[in-house]
Amino acid sequence: MSWTSLIDHAIGHYNYWVCVVLMMLGFYIVIASGNLIKKIIGLNLFQTAVIMFYISMGKIDGGTAPILVDPEKVSGPVVYTNPLPSVLMLTAIVVGVATSALGLALVVRIKEAYGSIEEDEILAADRASDAKEQAQYAASAAQAAKTEAAQQGHA
Amino acid sequence: MITMVTLIDLVLFTLLGITAIAMLRIRDLFAVVMLSGIYSLVSAVIFTDLDAVDVAFTEASVGAGISTILMLGTLALTSTKEKTPRRQSWGALLIVLVTGAALMYGTVDMPAFGDAASPINSPVTDRYITASGEETGVPNIVTSVLASYRGYDTMGETTVIFTAAIAVLILLGSARTTDAPVTPRPATTRSLELRPILRAGAKLLIGPILLFAFYVQFHGDFGPGGGFQAGVIFAAGVILYALIFDMDRARALFRPAVTRPLIALGVLIYAGTGIATLFFGGNFLGYSAFNPHHPAHGQELGIFLVELGVGITVSNVMMTLFFTFCGRRRP
Repeated sequence: MSWTSLIDHAIGHYNYWVCVVLMMLGFYIVIASGNLIKKIIGLNLFQTAVIMFYISMGKIDGGTAPILVDPEKVSGPVVYTNPLPSVLMLTAIVVGVATSALGLALVVRIKEAYGSIEEDEILAADRASDAKEQAQYAASAAQAAKTEAAQQGHA
Repeated sequence: MITMVTLIDLVLFTLLGITAIAMLRIRDLFAVVMLSGIYSLVSAVIFTDLDAVDVAFTEASVGAGISTILMLGTLALTSTKEKTPRRQSWGALLIVLVTGAALMYGTVDMPAFGDAASPINSPVTDRYITASGEETGVPNIVTSVLASYRGYDTMGETTVIFTAAIAVLILLGSARTTDAPVTPRPATTRSLELRPILRAGAKLLIGPILLFAFYVQFHGDFGPGGGFQAGVIFAAGVILYALIFDMDRARALFRPAVTRPLIALGVLIYAGTGIATLFFGGNFLGYSAFNPHHPAHGQELGIFLVELGVGITVSNVMMTLFFTFCGRRRP
C-alpha cells in the first residue's frame, strides 16, 4: 500500500474512527463514573456517536440535501444525499431526549430517597439498611425462640 | 483530493472529539452540562455539512436547547459536583479499549466516506428519491419518508415520547409539584427578571421564535422542518419566557390542565388519521385513499395531519417535561 492510498483511507474513514472514539468515551463514562447524572451524559454521548455514524454513512460526495429541486432550474443531474439515515436519526434524537428526561426523573427521585447521586453511597446505604433489617429479624427470631422455650419449660 | 466539505468535516469531528474528552475529565457537572450543549451545537453544524439538514435542525433545538435545560433543572434538584473516585477503574478501561479496537477493526472494510457506490445507497433509497416527488407531492424527501413511507415507525416513536412523558409525570408530577401559583419568591432569586438586557432581548425574541415554530411546522413539506422540529422550537420559546420572566406566569398561560391532555391528543390525531384511511377504503396510514382521483393530494393531506399530530405531542411533551423538572421544589 502506498502512502497516498493510506492517507486516502484515513480521510475516508476518519469520521467512523471519531465515532468509535466518541462511543467508547461514552461507554467508559457509563461504566467508570459513579455519578448518576454523569452516567446519563455518557449514555447521550454513546447515542450521538451512533447518530453521527449513520449520518456519515449516508453522505454522498457532491450530493445535496435530499429536498427535490425543480429540474428545469438546474443543468445536469442532481445527486441527493441518502435521506433514509436522516429520517431514522431525526426521530431518534427526539426519542432520546424524552428517554433521558425519564432517566433524569429517576435520578431526582433517587436523590430524594437516598440523599445522594453517587453510586457507591447509594449502595452503601442499601447495604446498611439491609444489615439493619437482618439484625432486627435475627433479634426478633431469637426473642421468639426464647419465649417458645420458656412456654415449653412451663408445660 | 480533499474537497472543502471533507476538510470542514475533518475539523469539526476533531472538535467534537476534544469536547467529549473534556466532558470525561471535568468533575464540575455544571461545566459538563454546558459542554454537552456545545457538543450538540457542533454536532448540528456537522449534520448541516453532511446534508442532513432536518437532523441538524432537530439536534440544534433538542440537544443544545431542551436537553441542556432539563440537565440544569436536574442539577438544581440534586448536586453539581461529582465525587472524586477513590481509584482508577482499570477493568472499565480494558473493556472499553478491547471493544473500541474491535469496532475499529470493523471499520477497515467499510466503504470510504462519501462513496456513492456504498451498499447503504440501496435500490430502496433510489426509489424514494426518484418516485417520492410524484407519489406524495412533497419535495422534502425526508418529510415524505418520515410521515408517509415509514409512517408506522414515526407513529411508534411518537408513542414512545408520549409514554416517556407519562412516566416522568408519574415519577415527578406528584404532590410536591404545585400546579397552583406559589408564594412570590424574594427578588434575589428572580434576578434574571431584573436584568433589563435579558428582558428586552427575550421580549424581542419570543414572538419570532413562536412564529418560526409555525413556519417550520407548515413549511416542513418544502424545506427542512416538520412536526418534531416545530414542536421543540415552540416549546423552546415558551421555556425562554418562563426562564426570563416567571415560571408561574408561563404556567398560567400554558396550564398543565391543557398541555397534558394535548400530549395525548397529538398521538390520537396521528392514529386517527390511520383509522380514517381505513374508512376511506385504504390501508392503515395509506393516505392515497383520501383522494382516489389525485393520490398525491391525499398524501399531502395525510402528511399534513400526522405532522400536526407529531407537532402537538412533541411541543406539549417538552413543555410538560420542563415544568415538571423546574417546578419541583428542592427536597
